[in-house]
Amino acid sequence: MTRAGFVIANLFRKRVRTILTLLSVIMAFLLFGLLQSVNTVFSSGADFVGATRLFVQARVSFTTALPVSMVPKLEAIPGVTRVAYQQWFGGVWQTNTPLIMFALDPQRYHDVYPEWKMPEAQWQAFERTRTGLIVGRQLANQYRWKVGQKIPISSNIWPQKNGSKAWQFDLVGIFDGKDEDWQKRTNLAFIQQDYFDEANQFGIKGRTNFFILKLAEGANAAAISKTVDAMFENSPDETKTQTEKDFNISFVKQIGDIGLIVRWILFAVFFTLLLVVGNTMAQSVRERIPELAVLKTLGFSDGGVLGFVLAEAFALVLAGGLVGLILASLAGAMVEKATGGQFLLALDASVWLLGVAAIVLMSLAVGLLPALRARRLKIVDALAGR
Amino acid sequence: MLRQALAITGISIRSIPERWAPSLVIVIGLAGVVAVFTALLAMAAGFESTLKATGRPDAAIILRGGSDAELNSAIDRDSSDLIKQQPGIRPGADGKPLASAELMVIAELVRKDDVKSGANITVRGVEPAAFALRPRLRIIVGRNFTPGLRELIVGRGVLAQFQGANLGQVVRMRGSEWTVVGEFESGDSHESEMWTDINVARSTFGRIGSSSVLAALDGPEGLERLKAAIAAEPRLSMDLLREQDYFSSQTKQFRATIGVLAGVVTVIMGLGAVFAALNSMYAAVAARGKEIATLRALGFGGTPVVVSVMTEALLLALAGALLGALIAYVLFNNLSVSTLGQNFTQVVFSFRVTPELVARGLTIALVIGMVGGFLPALRAARLPVTTSLREQ
Repeated sequence: MTRAGFVIANLFRKRVRTILTLLSVIMAFLLFGLLQSVNTVFSSGADFVGATRLFVQARVSFTTALPVSMVPKLEAIPGVTRVAYQQWFGGVWQTNTPLIMFALDPQRYHDVYPEWKMPEAQWQAFERTRTGLIVGRQLANQYRWKVGQKIPISSNIWPQKNGSKAWQFDLVGIFDGKDEDWQKRTNLAFIQQDYFDEANQFGIKGRTNFFILKLAEGANAAAISKTVDAMFENSPDETKTQTEKDFNISFVKQIGDIGLIVRWILFAVFFTLLLVVGNTMAQSVRERIPELAVLKTLGFSDGGVLGFVLAEAFALVLAGGLVGLILASLAGAMVEKATGGQFLLALDASVWLLGVAAIVLMSLAVGLLPALRARRLKIVDALAGR
Repeated sequence: MLRQALAITGISIRSIPERWAPSLVIVIGLAGVVAVFTALLAMAAGFESTLKATGRPDAAIILRGGSDAELNSAIDRDSSDLIKQQPGIRPGADGKPLASAELMVIAELVRKDDVKSGANITVRGVEPAAFALRPRLRIIVGRNFTPGLRELIVGRGVLAQFQGANLGQVVRMRGSEWTVVGEFESGDSHESEMWTDINVARSTFGRIGSSSVLAALDGPEGLERLKAAIAAEPRLSMDLLREQDYFSSQTKQFRATIGVLAGVVTVIMGLGAVFAALNSMYAAVAARGKEIATLRALGFGGTPVVVSVMTEALLLALAGALLGALIAYVLFNNLSVSTLGQNFTQVVFSFRVTPELVARGLTIALVIGMVGGFLPALRAARLPVTTSLREQ
């Protein structure tokens, strides 16, 4: 019998106990996988962004608009190569589904965001068509929108000149992300700032919520941020400039500390699991003390016996952990599919890495004490049942 | 049979300390489930009670049609003056209709535990009638703002969670400086806001009108009368809601999100706890095999044995649930946190561990205990007496 076989055979000596413990481990890692991937969605919102862009907003709040007339001043700053801007539209699909939708200058935006992939002909159509609309792949898939369709979208902020809040746009393009991270963010919709300026009832013209500065290679982002903010200081249009990454981080933080909630839950889950598996391991070693003594009598070293017990703990947690993570992946993918990509729950590599680390730590935590006990056994005492 | 059941149950419970490790697994396992369940729902309960307390049944909020939230709404001054003249509004102490046009804008403050990330805070510009419309709001430190000056009074919740707006400090908004002159409490979501004179807010933010009009309703038919009057007025295109309904509806999304999270987590953790409980109770039955067989040989029936195992499981589950509820209470009750509300601004609220939540936690624990105890109890009752007696 091989050593591995011996470990597995020992595990299944008390079949019911092992299976029940395994099921507990599976449940814990299923929850770990799901919660951790929720956490990743909220916390990693920034890592994929290159640091080459700056977001300029009104210092008081990004809900206060800034005048588009700031563009030439911003563009004159050394190190800034191109400036785009975007204005929140408050788009609502059908009765109640809010859309992440902005009015912007198509050409400027295209220049500043090379990460969005769309056929050049569609970019040109977007520039040409005053009532043009482009949407991300996710959004198009979710509502089965096709290029060429007229899409009715209302705004909960901006009525048109005739007082109606029901706008209509021509879908002229569908964009995708350049990689997986950007593809996950294709739930956006964009319309033309010019058309918005002309058609809204309040005669709001040339106002925008954000300027996005594209910087030259090697430009000093921190220094440029300071320059921008100093330029508009003490005016009603005071600015706050930060990298796109920092903006994304603070935006997500507004929702609350989701990471903290996830950590608390996982702490409770793993603390409980520690007791459950630890108890199983302790019991199983206690029952087999005479056998372990026999092993030692046969010539297995103290370290070898310790290894057997640790291997048992590891096998138990590894099997349960892997099954749990696989179940979480399946469940996450199912949720993602069922909601048309609205909830991105599929486990990515980082969650799996964390999961494997948790498996190793957990096996050590539950296996070490019983294993040390097995190592310390004196053959004579153990055989005598003392 | 009852006496038999009592006798065996007594023995099994007295012997728990001898089998403390597996028993502890049940207690801690269920404590974990109940603590997580209670804490998550305490968060939803706290958010809900804060928003519900904000809305009064005898007031109505008027927004521009289709706006959904104050942030999206804009009402020009002619319209807000016209609204105030409509029937259905209760007169105030001065004999004029008790109604306040309010301008909602947003300023950024930094959270206390952060260094730079700004969070959106509501700045509410109000008319004098606003205070009569919120009778619970009172200044606890400092004084009220002076109309016409750039002065702010700040809610208790803002002070608890954010920095830079303490009494005497200066808040910068659009190139101008605002002094914090007072702190107020109201026991509702206004505590997450900073208040000032509406006219000063208008001039600073370049706005001419308001975001909403809040009006006191005149008697039980006030709402219907005001609604009918506004609908009949061709110059107005407004949505009117009872203030209580407006705030209650804002809790739906949050409640649903937390409800789904709590449901999924509780079900998965609960299943894990069931498996752990089964394990422990099987171990308990095995450990007591000889004792049970002896009792059976003495003439004790199978049912009392089942009852005793089930009772043990339920008692352990109950102990776990109480421990879990206690943990949730000690760690989280009244813990102040904040999240984004309907207006895209922070709403500060506290966790509330309510008796109802604790009762629901206990119920869940008892169900898990019952499931975890049942199969082992059957096994105990079916133990073959002769073989069990012979076991070492």
